[in-house]
Amino acid sequence: MSGFAVILVHSTGHAVQAERVLKRAGLTVKLIPTPRHLSSDCGSAVRIATTDRDRGADVLSKAGIAIDRIEALDD
Amino acid sequence: MIYLDNAATSWPKPDIVHETMSRYMREIGASPGRSGHRLANEAERIRLDAREAIAELVGLSDPMRVIFTLNATEALNLVMQGLLQPGAHAITTGMEHNSVMRPLRALEQRGVSISVAPCSRDGTLDPQTIDEAIRPQTRLIVVNHASNVCGTVLPIREIGAVARRHDIPFLVDAAQTAGCWPIDINDDNIDLLAFTGHKGLLGPTGTGGLAINDDFNIDMLRPLVFGGTGSRSEHEHQPDFLPDKYESGTPNIVGLAGLVAGLRYVLDRGLERIRVHEQKLTRRLIDGLYAISGVCVFGTRDPHRQTAAVSFMIDGQSASRIAHDLDERFEIMCRPGLHCAPQAHRTLGTLPNGTVRFAPGLFTTEAEIDKAVAAVAQLAEGTIE
Repeated sequence: MSGFAVILVHSTGHAVQAERVLKRAGLTVKLIPTPRHLSSDCGSAVRIATTDRDRGADVLSKAGIAIDRIEALDD
Repeated sequence: MIYLDNAATSWPKPDIVHETMSRYMREIGASPGRSGHRLANEAERIRLDAREAIAELVGLSDPMRVIFTLNATEALNLVMQGLLQPGAHAITTGMEHNSVMRPLRALEQRGVSISVAPCSRDGTLDPQTIDEAIRPQTRLIVVNHASNVCGTVLPIREIGAVARRHDIPFLVDAAQTAGCWPIDINDDNIDLLAFTGHKGLLGPTGTGGLAINDDFNIDMLRPLVFGGTGSRSEHEHQPDFLPDKYESGTPNIVGLAGLVAGLRYVLDRGLERIRVHEQKLTRRLIDGLYAISGVCVFGTRDPHRQTAAVSFMIDGQSASRIAHDLDERFEIMCRPGLHCAPQAHRTLGTLPNGTVRFAPGLFTTEAEIDKAVAAVAQLAEGTIE
C-alpha cells in the first residue's frame, strides 16, 4: 500500500474545490488523474494521506462537497 | 472624452482586469474540467475563484450553486424557459427590460400566461400588486432589481417575501445592481439571481450567470443547453448535479479571469464606498439636469431609491439627435432611445420617443458630471433660440 487514499468527486471542478477546501483545513493533498480502474471519468481526483482520510471526508462533508467514493490508492 | 454609458457596460475597467486576462492567455490558456494536467487545473481554479467571489458578493454559502453563462439574458432565459411549462402563469413588472419581456412573450405563444404588475410613473412598485396578481398556476415571479432606463430600484425583499409566502420561485435580474447595490440572496428572499459580469462587477463582456439559492430544488429547472461538461463522460445524458447540469461546452475562462479581477477590485474597494460615490454623482447629475429649463428628468430623482442611470429629455428634440450632438460636439458617450425596454418606457410615459440616458460609473468624476450638465444646457438653449 502507498499510504494514500483517493477521493473521487463528481467532476474536476469539484476536485479542485475539494483540494482548496482541504488545503484551507490544513491538510496536504494533491490532484491526480482519476485512476481508470476506479472510474471512467477523464478528470481529476484528490489524493490524501491515509491517516488524513477520515478528517478529510469530514471536512468535505461539512463544506457540502459530495464524495462519490474514497479508495485506498495502490502503488 | 466622457463615458456615461456604464449602464450598457462599464468602462474603463481596472488595469488588473486586462492584466489578469492577458496572463491567462499567455500563461494558462487551457480548458477547465476536461483534463487533469496542471494548466487545466489552474483554469479550473480561476473558475472556482469566480464562483467564490460571486457567492461572497450575494451571500451564497455554496459556490457550486453559481452557474456561468454568456450574460444575464442567457441566465434569465435559462430560468424562464426551464421552469415555465404550458399552462403555467408568471408575474413580472411594468419596468422590465426585453431580457425578461421577450422570453416571456415567446413563452406566452407556447401556452404560458403572463401578468405584468403595474408600476407608478416614476417606476416604483407596490409589492401588493404582485400579491394581487398571484393565481393557483403561478410558477414564477421575475423582476429586475433596478431599471436600466431610469435606475428605479424595486423592493425585491418585499416582493420576495410575497413569493415565499405563496411558495413561488422568485427570480431577480440584477444586471443593473450587482456591484453597486447591496444584494443578499437570503435576506432578500431570492431563489434565483441573474447577474452580468461586465457592468458593476467590472469584468469583460461575455460573462454573466445565475446564483441558485440553497433551498431551490433544481429538479424543476431544465437546462437551456445540453452538452459536454468534462464530467460523467461515459453517459449520454446530462449530469444532474450543479454546476455541470447548466454549464455545457467550453466556458469563457479568459472572461472569468477578468471577472474575478474586476469583482475582487469591487469587493476590496467595498460596495458601500462605491455606492456612496455613485450616489454623489447621481445627485449632482439629477440636480444639474433638473435645473435646466426645458429638460425633463424621469424616475424617482432620488439617489437613495435609484442607481446611477439617469434618463432625461430636452423639450422639442429627439433623443438620438441629443446623443449624436453630445458625441460630436462634446465627446460625451451616452445611450438614447428605448434602451431595449419598451415596457419601462410605457410606464414612464416616454414611448415612442424614448429618453437620453446618462449612466456614470465608478471612474466618473464630478468634473465630468458638470461638463455633461453644461453640455445639455447648451443643447437645451439651442432649442429655445
